[in-house]
Amino acid sequence: MTDATRIRLMSSSFILGFFLLWEVLCIVLNVSDLILPRPSEIAVTLWTRFPVLWPHILQTLYATLTGFTLGVIIGVSIGVLIGTSRVAYGVAYPLLVGFSSIPKVAVVPIFVLWFGSGTTPAILTAMVICVFPIVVNIATGLATTEPDLEDVLKTLGASKKEILWNVGLPRTMPYFFASLKVAITLSFVGAVLSETVASNKGIGNVMMTASSNFQVSLVFAGLIVLALMGVALYAFFSFLESRVTGWATRGNDIAIT
Amino acid sequence: MNMTSDIPAQAMPVPATPPASRTNPVHARPAIELQDASVVFGKGPQSVTALSPTTLRMERGDFLALVGPSGCGKSTILRLVSNLIQPSSGLVLLGGREVAAKELRIGMAFQNPTMLPWLTIEKNVMLPLKIVEPFKRTFRQDRKGAYRDRVHALLAQVGLKDFANHFPWQLSGGMLQRANLCRALIHDPDLLLLDEPFGALDQFTREELWQILQDLYLDRKPTVLLVTHDLREAGFLARRICVMSARPGRVISDRAVDLPQPRDIGVIYDPAFVEMTQGLRELIAQVRK
Repeated sequence: MTDATRIRLMSSSFILGFFLLWEVLCIVLNVSDLILPRPSEIAVTLWTRFPVLWPHILQTLYATLTGFTLGVIIGVSIGVLIGTSRVAYGVAYPLLVGFSSIPKVAVVPIFVLWFGSGTTPAILTAMVICVFPIVVNIATGLATTEPDLEDVLKTLGASKKEILWNVGLPRTMPYFFASLKVAITLSFVGAVLSETVASNKGIGNVMMTASSNFQVSLVFAGLIVLALMGVALYAFFSFLESRVTGWATRGNDIAIT
Repeated sequence: MNMTSDIPAQAMPVPATPPASRTNPVHARPAIELQDASVVFGKGPQSVTALSPTTLRMERGDFLALVGPSGCGKSTILRLVSNLIQPSSGLVLLGGREVAAKELRIGMAFQNPTMLPWLTIEKNVMLPLKIVEPFKRTFRQDRKGAYRDRVHALLAQVGLKDFANHFPWQLSGGMLQRANLCRALIHDPDLLLLDEPFGALDQFTREELWQILQDLYLDRKPTVLLVTHDLREAGFLARRICVMSARPGRVISDRAVDLPQPRDIGVIYDPAFVEMTQGLRELIAQVRK
């Protein structure tokens, strides 16, 4: 057995053990299922209520991904702008820091005020919450590109645009993908948050409604769904990262000498 | 920095040759011409003179080695010629025209191989064909055909045939430097600029690469300007050696190397060769003080 599979096996049994302990403690300590339902109960609820949950899952996914996509587009544009121009960096950075330090929960009421409750504020919250890490990472990647690499193209008479395309942007990809993993998780948080506050659709709203009806196991079922979705989204971007920017992490392999 | 202000006026008398004349009568014009070119970084009392007014001429097809103590401005001359910096005063002409006019195609290799880590060796070497005219015009059509063959042929010439699809981190320092030479030569430059390309290599690898470079030079006959610390390297490769003084540098000695090419690596143990490098060494030792 290799080290990697052993670690994987241990990690799986750790997860399994966690739920097992939860189950056992609930039984032994006789915890009311109005406080903390047992994992088996949650699993049953998840299974029986899944047809009801499914459209809400899609709704949350839709709000998250739409907001995330918009956030990526805006984040990359701003990042490229302030990463390539020292003036733009100096001018825009203080305002960006100001924006980023606002707790994003605070903007949900404003979006609700402007667009009413529903999908739009969820998308917008998912968007604003993920822009900043992308901007910072793109800008950092571009600003820290080794001058040597740029000099290679400059001596060939390359234009600024050619240098950006052939050196700056590829060099920035590891930063970009690292930020995507953070950003997708944040978008997800933003979307659910907004659904919880002001929406009649989405997993956030399901949990809110279930909680006020004391359907505690449904609340936990929602939580499990959220955890699984979050992990799936993270894993997807992790995979994408390893495919696109493998060159940045492969340096530890055996080199030919 | 507005260092170029006085240049257009001086450049005026130079007739505007159309770029198409690359191959024809311009041959009469020297490949590189520095006319009292100087470089000063910064302004006022904190300014640093990197290069005192220097005059230097290089004919086409020549191989000139620039040697001198560290910090004397050798690399500054290379950076002037490759348009990475502009002269604070004086003129830098390539093929009789200003550097920015791109009259001559330039290939350059630095001490650090500077391969782009996300590209394979093949794609790294192909990079100039993507950027430099006239190759870039047909890059899309040719990158999988003619250009690929061209890259592979050159890689084979330096013994990297089997490494075209490897990534830079999979290669040793000497192999990377060979790939670096290939990248500097793939677009058939008129002018090859080498900034201590073998500085970080061990003696055996270095000597091996000297011979590879000599073969490539004799094969293609570009104009080569080599900056180096290594006097034997200068003596073995160059047809002409210029010695520069300590900062702020200027050329204090200019001599030809009267050995027929191709030279055998054994020549560096020849008494006459040793005497020449000794002479250079003493000269540099003097100007270091």
